[in-house]
Amino acid sequence: MKKSNNLKAWLYLLPAIAFLGFFMVYPLIDVIIYSFEEGYNSASQTFFGYGGYNFSYVLHDTYFLQAVKNTFILVLVTVPLSTGIALLISLGLNSIKKLKNFFQTVFFLPYVTNTLAVGLVFMILFKKTAYTDGMVNLLINFFGGPSVDFIEGPYWAKMFVMCFYTIWIVLPFKILILTSALASVNENYYKAAKVDGASSFTIFRKITLPMISPMIFYLVITGFIGAFKAYSDEVALFGTDLNAAGMNTIVGYVYDMLYGTGGGYPSYASAAALILFAIVMTITVINLLVSRKNVHY
Amino acid sequence: MTDYELIEKKASKRKKIVKAVTYILLSVWGVMVLFPFYWMILSSIKSYSSYNAEYVPKFYATSPTIQNYVDAFTAVPLAGYFTNTIIFTVITTAVMLVVTVLAAFAFSRLEFRGKNLAFTAFLSLMMIPNELVIITNFQTITNLGMRNTFAGLILPSITSVFYIYLLKENFESIPDELYKAAKVDGTSDLKYLLKVMVPICRPTIITIVILKVIECWNSYVWPRLITDDANYFLVSNGIQEIRENGFGRENIPAMMAAVVVISVPLIIIFLIFHKKIMAGVSRGGTKG
Repeated sequence: MKKSNNLKAWLYLLPAIAFLGFFMVYPLIDVIIYSFEEGYNSASQTFFGYGGYNFSYVLHDTYFLQAVKNTFILVLVTVPLSTGIALLISLGLNSIKKLKNFFQTVFFLPYVTNTLAVGLVFMILFKKTAYTDGMVNLLINFFGGPSVDFIEGPYWAKMFVMCFYTIWIVLPFKILILTSALASVNENYYKAAKVDGASSFTIFRKITLPMISPMIFYLVITGFIGAFKAYSDEVALFGTDLNAAGMNTIVGYVYDMLYGTGGGYPSYASAAALILFAIVMTITVINLLVSRKNVHY
Repeated sequence: MTDYELIEKKASKRKKIVKAVTYILLSVWGVMVLFPFYWMILSSIKSYSSYNAEYVPKFYATSPTIQNYVDAFTAVPLAGYFTNTIIFTVITTAVMLVVTVLAAFAFSRLEFRGKNLAFTAFLSLMMIPNELVIITNFQTITNLGMRNTFAGLILPSITSVFYIYLLKENFESIPDELYKAAKVDGTSDLKYLLKVMVPICRPTIITIVILKVIECWNSYVWPRLITDDANYFLVSNGIQEIRENGFGRENIPAMMAAVVVISVPLIIIFLIFHKKIMAGVSRGGTKG
């Protein structure tokens, strides 16, 4: 009886284990091996020997350094901004009754859209062509500014669109999480504070913020991880040749090394992916340490 | 008027102003969210010539046309991309569901040696980013000769540890007595799973299915790596292909028509299930 039960349980698990083992565990080990194989040749599947050359190549590649710079700017701009804006919007949502559901539904819409498809719309809104300066430029002109080509123009303009679009894409998730966190704060705390004559800012700082701090912290961590993995949004805006546009990200670099016009170098791709993983892990650990001090559970 | 009434009046006035400002700011963001959708629909019904003639784009279409939609389906194989995505989404989601239900059942109801260890191992897999394993998967699928096949697209996209975890938690909330009663009646495990547990946990299962469908519909990276034959493109790759090679570069209205066609199915699903989707996502879905 007992023995057959054991066997049966593993049978139920078998499909999951097979898929995970073959497409997650094995690749994980393999990617580490790849990253140390020097001079790997995709066609003949041979290599010279083991060593750290792949890492040093990647770390000295100007495309990689550009990608790291872009990714870090993106992360440092979008994570705090999107979390802050999401908090403001959620506070607003939480303070109203009429139309609350309507606004909530509308705000969530970007979550279910195809990034590539809507990115194309953003590109058209921001792009300057021979036919038109684009919607956004007309708006800038209206306020007296000069037109800028946001898609093929100066670096800061491209960076602006990239950050703007990223925030637009990530806000729905953050608003949703923060709104439900705010709604779950016990009303009695607010009532007690009001009786004591606390101002609304004090209430926010002393009650609301500590109560929802675990959720804010969760959003910051997932936000960092997500932003470090940015890729599809950039392709949507600037096309597949991100290196040429100077807007590549670390993940984009990994894929470009693997496949496409500059591809066929899985060893470099593996090394870059492991460097990315190390960066993300470090940042997450730092986040966890910071939160120990500031988050109230 | 007494002082008290004055203060009271002042406070209520302030409250009204704060409320008005709140509504205005929320509406501003609402417009920011909806504007791109409005713009893609608007541009998609403008004719090619009128779109390019408007240096300052009009906010309405003077002579709406459906020609762009006709172009989207005839000049580029949009219908093919669409069918591919549906096939990919349906098979991936169905197989994922079977794998997930079976694994969640084993973890929640069956007793076996090494259960805790196995579950911990499963959970730790959640931390592994896709970017890390995709490199080897690309090599594996290429070596197996499965590039440009549905098998190559689907197989690595199936498992999701998070959904197994979500469903296991839900399965565990079903009282043990039901299971014991079923055992006494001589019901087999599989029958119990299908006739009792799955129906009870239907809401969670629906949530998982919807989240997976969204994920499949929007997936871009893996399909891009594994297909270079347009006959196997999914909509994301299709839209990228259209942008770079289709319609002639400047035919933006036709591109927008394609964008609308690709976006509509998910938006419809969202409008029908928005409560379920939002509840499901807030329980721990993350994008991408």
